[in-house]
Amino acid sequence: MGETRIGRLEASPANLSKTRPTRYAARKKIFPKRTSGNFRRFKWLVMAITLGIYYLTPWLRWNRGPFAPDQAVLVDLANSRFYFFLIEIWPQEFYYVSGLLVMAGIGLFLITSTVGRAWCGYTCPQTVWVDLFLAVERAIEGDRNARMKLDAHPWTARKLVLRATKHAIWLIIAVATGGAWIFYFADAPMLIGQVFTGAAAPAAYVTIGVLTATTYTFGGLMREQVCTYMCPWPRIQAAMLDENSLTVTYNDWRGEPRSRHAKKALAAGQPVGDCVDCNACVAACPMGIDIRDGQQLECITCALCIDACKDVMDKLGKEHGLISYATLSDYSANMAVATAGGSSTVNPSFVRTDEGKFSDKLAQFHIRKIFRLRTYIYLGAWSAVGLALVYSLLARERLELNVLHDRNPQFVTLSDGSIRNGYTVKLLNMAPEPRTVVVTMQGLPGAEMSVVGIDLPAGRSFAVPVEPDRLKMLKIFVSLPADRLGGAAQTFKFRAEDKARFEADEYTATFSTPEITR
Amino acid sequence: MSDEQIDDISGMSTTGHEWDGIRELNNPLPRWWITTFYVTIAWAIGYTIAYPAWPLLHSATKGVLAYSSRNGVNNELAAAEAGKGKYVAAIESKSLPEIAADDTLRKFAIAAGGAAYKVNCTQCHGSGAQGSKGFPNLNDDDWLWGGKAEQIEQTIMHGIRFASDPDTRLSEMPAFGDLITADQIAQVSAYVASLSGKVKDASLIEPGSKVFAENCVACHGDNAKGNREFGAPDLTDAIWLYGGGETAIAAQVRGPKHGVMPAWLGRLGEAKVKELAIYVHSLGGGE
Repeated sequence: MGETRIGRLEASPANLSKTRPTRYAARKKIFPKRTSGNFRRFKWLVMAITLGIYYLTPWLRWNRGPFAPDQAVLVDLANSRFYFFLIEIWPQEFYYVSGLLVMAGIGLFLITSTVGRAWCGYTCPQTVWVDLFLAVERAIEGDRNARMKLDAHPWTARKLVLRATKHAIWLIIAVATGGAWIFYFADAPMLIGQVFTGAAAPAAYVTIGVLTATTYTFGGLMREQVCTYMCPWPRIQAAMLDENSLTVTYNDWRGEPRSRHAKKALAAGQPVGDCVDCNACVAACPMGIDIRDGQQLECITCALCIDACKDVMDKLGKEHGLISYATLSDYSANMAVATAGGSSTVNPSFVRTDEGKFSDKLAQFHIRKIFRLRTYIYLGAWSAVGLALVYSLLARERLELNVLHDRNPQFVTLSDGSIRNGYTVKLLNMAPEPRTVVVTMQGLPGAEMSVVGIDLPAGRSFAVPVEPDRLKMLKIFVSLPADRLGGAAQTFKFRAEDKARFEADEYTATFSTPEITR
Repeated sequence: MSDEQIDDISGMSTTGHEWDGIRELNNPLPRWWITTFYVTIAWAIGYTIAYPAWPLLHSATKGVLAYSSRNGVNNELAAAEAGKGKYVAAIESKSLPEIAADDTLRKFAIAAGGAAYKVNCTQCHGSGAQGSKGFPNLNDDDWLWGGKAEQIEQTIMHGIRFASDPDTRLSEMPAFGDLITADQIAQVSAYVASLSGKVKDASLIEPGSKVFAENCVACHGDNAKGNREFGAPDLTDAIWLYGGGETAIAAQVRGPKHGVMPAWLGRLGEAKVKELAIYVHSLGGGE
């Protein structure tokens, strides 16, 4: 009797802790380091301009005369009017706003196809406010290393004071952000008094509250998480970029092989690139990514890594542009040079002459690349929409006439045998001044108008005052004598005219009659 | 996880979903994201406690906030009713000319009267007040009992030939089929028709006018213009309640039809009747 041998089966538990995938990742904290340089300066400038526009616009005044608000930009929801400097828009003219949105969309395509995600990197409100919140954080807690130390430090009175101060300032900015928004919807100088005395509408306080919460949460607490996980634009941009779009690029054709110990490696006869692997670009990144891994959806192309790397190159006495704005086509061409057409790994000696200068085989970005069929099409579409909007704004009438024919009954027989039709006539005075509008009938000979509520003898023309910036609704009866009847229905025109401003509008109306005349 | 697939480039496991050769990575969710998800679940549970949610056998849980959309509608209706209160009170206390002179009250009365008309009057007079055979058109300028707002109000208040209202407008044309001969009926019908149109046999007009003078002028007047005191229609105009033309006129002479309109004061109250009078007066034929 032999010993019973039991073979070992190939099996392992499905939920073995070692192989269990992580389902929920804790957020890695990011402590972006201060940078200085052209792009940082440009970002400060853009921030000053965009925040300036946002905070100051509601306070600009614009004289429209005594019958309209004097706020340059005002969304008057109660009266459903939108004022923008010279332009006043009624609800039925909302297509101007649609047109602006179409232009914004095409403009975004144009910008993205030429300079990549410039919107994300410089002008997106999320970026601007995060930049502002980071500036506050740096001013109070110090730069990257100090902040990391403070974060890791146990809670002390000092940490408490610093953190409380930071969050307090963030909240003040957030309140100011939410507060500024409401001034676009009411007379700003009047509203600010009401806000502080508690007399403003509840909607104003709710708006301030909601925008305070979102500004504080998105700008202070969530920051890069908003861009990476909540915003759809990083996904859309992949379709917007092509090989001629400028994006922030790590030029590994001159950076690789990177080395922390260049001298040692050179001495050993190994090829050495320009990148000294100092991680300055990673430390500076507000998204917490490594640009040297190539284009990635987290990158908002704020170009701060370019500034950070430039300082290092200066110290090493090397050319700027290890990280630079470059197009994929230039990058690929240069990679082909650096790898001898892909036959080897990157070799710095391929891209430099014996004197250490860059080889003239390398591609340089040329401004011509911006002007290509695709950008011409975007520019053409953008301009066409813009010109159409400008034209329709210049050509639009500020006097409009709408007519609604009574349907029930379509006509009324009067005792003398004449036929009467009723019309609801709307006169739209879209100018901020009182006007006298002359309403005239054209065609339908023999017919006369009478207006309900206005004591006028029946006739073919009458003048009526219309309040500034208001619609006037009139009920007009048109009567046609029995001996003028002919056919089932006839058309005629209502004409509304402001003789002082040389504006007029016409409407072709139908006059119904009994089909069978007695 | 035995059939787990690993993406070669990133080293991440994939969900196994593949589109055009692109496989979906099974990246871990950010913890704040999943926390937000749990918070929404907690919120949803709280919501079902606060608001009516869980179905029971015959009803549903009421929710601790005791919210009900029906109560909401009732409150809004009550608020609208309360908002109308001062206008209705003003209409009740003022006379019709005073209401007509006040632009706000007039507009309110026309709107409220229009609504009341749709509920109470369309059955006979039609939704556009256009009337039909036997039911007068209220848009035109021909009025049996008078087209001033006060006269219209009187008609609406007490009705016409409405037996249970002592103040009702009352008149009755005799059935002349029993009183005059068939020839005379044909003659007088031709005469009446000739006042506003053409007739087939013009020789009947002359004898017809004599029949008219003997029998009809007491109510319809020497000139056949009618008399609103008795609701006697104007026979010279283009508007015929029971049809124009000799045949229809002859039928009405022989055995007249008489419409009945109920009295509305008791049902609708004074304010509503005034609103209706102003509305009807505004339709285009008011005098």
